[in-house]
Amino acid sequence: MEAFAELVDKLYFTSSNLAKSALIKQYLSQTPDPDRGWAIAAIAGTLSFDFFKRKLIKDLITERVDPVLFDLSYDYVGEMSETVSHLWQAQADDPPGMKVLPSLAEVVNTFANGKRAENRNYLITLLNSMSAPQRWALLKLGTRGLRIGVSARFLKKTLAEYAQDCGSDISIEDVERIWHGVAPPYKALLAYLEGKAEAPDVSESVTFQPLMLSHPLSDDELQSIRASDFQAEWKFDGIRVQLVVTSAGKALFSRTGDDISHSFPDIIDELETQHIYGVFDGELVALNPRVTDAHEIKGVLEAKNDNQTHYEIASFNQLQQRLNKKKPGNKLISNYPCGLILYDVLSLEGKDLRENTLVERSKALANWFKTQPYHFIHLSRPLDFTDTHSLISLREEATQLEQGYIEGLMLKRKDAVYVSGRPKGKWFKWKRDPRLIDAVMMYAQRGHGKRSSFYSDYTFGCWQDGKLLPVGKAYSGFTDDELKQLDRWVRQNTIGRFGPVKEVEKALVLEVAFDSVHPSNRHKSGVAMRFPRIHRIRWDKPANEADHLTTLQAMI
Amino acid sequence: MHPEKWIKTDKTGLYCRALDAYIDPMHPVKRAIITHGHADHARPGHSEVYATPQTLGIMRIRYGDDFCEKPIPMEYGQTRSIHKAQLHMVPAGHILGSAQAVIDYKDYRLILAGDYKRHPDPSCPPFEVTPCDVFVTEATFGLPVFRHPPINQQIQKLLDSMALFENRCHLVGAYALGKCQRVILALRALGYNKPIYLHGALLRLCEFYQENGVELGELIPVSELDNPKVLAGELVIAPPSALNDRWSRKLPEVMTAMASGWMQIRARSKQRRAELPLIISDHCDWSELIQTIKEVNPRELWVTHGREQALVHQAQKMGYKAKALSLVGYEEDED
Ligand SMILES: [Zn+2]
Repeated sequence: MEAFAELVDKLYFTSSNLAKSALIKQYLSQTPDPDRGWAIAAIAGTLSFDFFKRKLIKDLITERVDPVLFDLSYDYVGEMSETVSHLWQAQADDPPGMKVLPSLAEVVNTFANGKRAENRNYLITLLNSMSAPQRWALLKLGTRGLRIGVSARFLKKTLAEYAQDCGSDISIEDVERIWHGVAPPYKALLAYLEGKAEAPDVSESVTFQPLMLSHPLSDDELQSIRASDFQAEWKFDGIRVQLVVTSAGKALFSRTGDDISHSFPDIIDELETQHIYGVFDGELVALNPRVTDAHEIKGVLEAKNDNQTHYEIASFNQLQQRLNKKKPGNKLISNYPCGLILYDVLSLEGKDLRENTLVERSKALANWFKTQPYHFIHLSRPLDFTDTHSLISLREEATQLEQGYIEGLMLKRKDAVYVSGRPKGKWFKWKRDPRLIDAVMMYAQRGHGKRSSFYSDYTFGCWQDGKLLPVGKAYSGFTDDELKQLDRWVRQNTIGRFGPVKEVEKALVLEVAFDSVHPSNRHKSGVAMRFPRIHRIRWDKPANEADHLTTLQAMI
Repeated sequence: MHPEKWIKTDKTGLYCRALDAYIDPMHPVKRAIITHGHADHARPGHSEVYATPQTLGIMRIRYGDDFCEKPIPMEYGQTRSIHKAQLHMVPAGHILGSAQAVIDYKDYRLILAGDYKRHPDPSCPPFEVTPCDVFVTEATFGLPVFRHPPINQQIQKLLDSMALFENRCHLVGAYALGKCQRVILALRALGYNKPIYLHGALLRLCEFYQENGVELGELIPVSELDNPKVLAGELVIAPPSALNDRWSRKLPEVMTAMASGWMQIRARSKQRRAELPLIISDHCDWSELIQTIKEVNPRELWVTHGREQALVHQAQKMGYKAKALSLVGYEEDED
C-alpha cells in the first residue's frame, strides 16, 4: 500500500509525460503480482466496485469533526478526499492502528469480501494508520475517483513501452486489442508484456473496442473540407454507443466502455446473431412513434417493415429517463422507446473491417442494413454536399431545427481507417450554433481542483415579475484572465454567504450559451439547460436589460 | 478603558487612537507601527515608523534610505510612551525582526501579534507568550486541515530527490524574506555543505541575515556563473515568481520545488506547477493557533485576516469572546 500511495502521489505532481511513464514502469518492475495489477486497475479506472461509499466517508468525518469547521475546510480545499485526509484524527475509542500497512491486494480483497460493518472498521483502522497522502490515495482508490493526469490511453502506451523494455515486440495497438478482454489484477496481461506468456485469448469474450473520436472543426479546417475527400453526416443528440453481438454474447457499451445493456432490454433482448453479428458504432436515441406522410424530413427516420409508423428522434431529455436505470420497468420502456442510429461498423459477420476505409465500411453497413429486420435500428446516411457553402447551409439547417435532436455535423475522411483514440485530421465535429440568453449572476461558489482558490461556479437567473429566478449554473467558457476578473468581481460584490456559496449584487450580466433547454420540475424556474457555459461577460449591460424567463421558455 | 473604544479599523488598516498610530497600514500615514518587514505589512512613505531595528533595516533595503521621514527603533522589551499610551515590542518568531506590538492604555493591554509562528526557527528569537486582555491574531492557516510538518522532514524530501535525480538542477521557490533563509538553515542543519546558488532577488536579504549573525554558509549568485550548465545536480533558490519564467529556462533539467505552507493543498501546488511541494510555513498551523490562544489566554480574541471565520468559531467553542476584524490588503502569498 505504501508503494502504491507513493506512486499516485508522485504521478499527481509530476507534469512531464516522460517522467510519468518512467515512474509507472519503475513501479511495475519493482512490485509483485497481484499488487501491480490492482494499481493498473486503479489508475486505468477498471476496478469494478467501490470499496466504500462516499457517504461513509462523509459520515465518519462528520462524527469526528465540528460541522462548521468541516464545512469551512471543505469549502477551502474544494475536494472531499483531500479534506478528509487532512482533517482525519484517531479517536480514543477506535480499534488499535496497524504497525505495518497491508499490501494493496490485501486491501482490495478485504474490502471486496467484507461485510459493510467490517469494512467500516477496516477503513477506520487504515485511516488511523496512514499519513495524509496515504489517506488521500486510499480514499480516491476506494471510491474509484483517482484522477492523477494519467489517462487510460496513456497507461496503455506505457504498458506497451514497458513490454518493449522487457524485450517484447508489443505495440499499443496490441494492448488496445486485448485490453477489454482482460480483467484486474491483469496477471496474464503482465506475463504477456514481460514475454513470459502468449497473448491472452479474448476473441470469445464480448469486449468493447475503444472508439474513434473527433476533433472540433476550426474555421481554417472548414476551408479544406472537399466533397471528394470527406463524408458528411448528421451529429445526432443522443449518447454514443458500441453494439457488440458475437457468438459468445451481446452487449451495448457506452463511449467509455461501460456495459449498459441492462438498461436497454428492449433492444438487446431482441437481437439474434442470424440477423446481426458484429461490432457497430452508433448513437443511442429516444424515439417518438409518429404517424406521418412518408416524405423525408430531417430527423424523421425511415420505418422498417411497417408502412404506418415512423419514428422521430425525441429530445435528449426523454433519453435521460432511460439512462442509468438498472432494471427499467415495462411502463418506462413503453413510455420512452429507444433505438440506435448506426454510422459505422468495426467488424461484420466475423470479418474485421477496421483496416478498411470509411467508404468501404459505410457500404458494407448499408448493404447489411437492407437485410436487417429490427424497427428500432436505423442507419445514418451520408448527406449530400458539394462545397463549403452547402456545408454551411446544412449546419444552418441544424441550427434552425426547433427540437435539438441534431447537434450539428460530422465530417469524416473517406479514406480513414477505424483507429481508436483521436487521430488528427480524420474525423471532425462541427456543432450547430448554441442558443444564447443574457442572464444575471446571482450566486458564486469556489471551484474544485486547480480552481479551488477562485469563485468559478456561477448560478445565474432570468427575470420574472421583477424578480430573478435561478435558471442554471455554469463553470466554463471563460479564459483564465476572465476567471480572475470574475473572481475579483464576486469578492467585491458579495452581499451574503450561505456556507460555501456567496450571494452577489444582482448587477453582472452573463451571456450564457447552451445546447438546448428542457422543462424541469426540479428547478423553481421550471426549465433546465443543457451544457450551459459563459459565452461572454457583459460588463457593459445593465442587469435590468437581461432576458426574461419567458424568452427561455419559448426556446423549449 | 476597553480597547473597543480606542481601536478602529478602516480602509487604511487598524488604527489605535491611544497611540494615534496605524499598525501595519496599507497607505502612507503620519505614524506607523510596523510588526515585520514583509511587503504587505511594511510599506514605504510613512512619516514616523516604530519598528525593531531589524525591520527598519529590511525596509531600508527594500525601499531605500528615505523609506520614511523618521525611523524610530524599538528594541525588544524597550517601552516607549507615544501619545497617550505605552508601546513595547515582543518577539513573534515569524522572521528576523518580527514583533508583536504590545499596547498598554488605561489598565488594558492589547497585543497585535502581526504574523507569527511557534515552530522552531533559528533565524529569529521564538514567539514570546505575553498575557493580555485582547489578543489580535492572524489566521492565515486558520483551518484544521492545515498541519505543518517539521521542516527537517520536508528538507529531507528535497535532499532525497537530489540523491535520486542526481543530474537534475533542483530549483526551490521561496520568498526572499524569511523563507529563503530558513530553507538554507535547514539544509545546513541536515549537513548540506555545498554552495547554494541564488537568484539575484534573494542576495541582499541573505546578506542582511548574515550581517545579523545568521550563518548561511557559502552562497553564490547564479548571475556570476559563465555557464548555467554547471548547475546540473546543484541547488538553486529563487523567488516563486521566477519558477516558471524565462529566468529558470536556462537551468539544466530543472526539478521544480516550492517551499510554502500552501503546498499542503494539492490544487495550490498544481497552480504553482511544483513537482516537489515542500510544506514550509512561517505562520502558525491550526494546532499552533489553538496552542497560542490557550497559552496567552486573553479575555478576548480578535482575528485580523486569513480564515477568520473558522478561528473565531473555534475560539468561541473554547469559551473565549472572539470576533473577526476582516482586514483586507494582507496578501496570502508571502507566507
Ligand atoms: Zn509576514
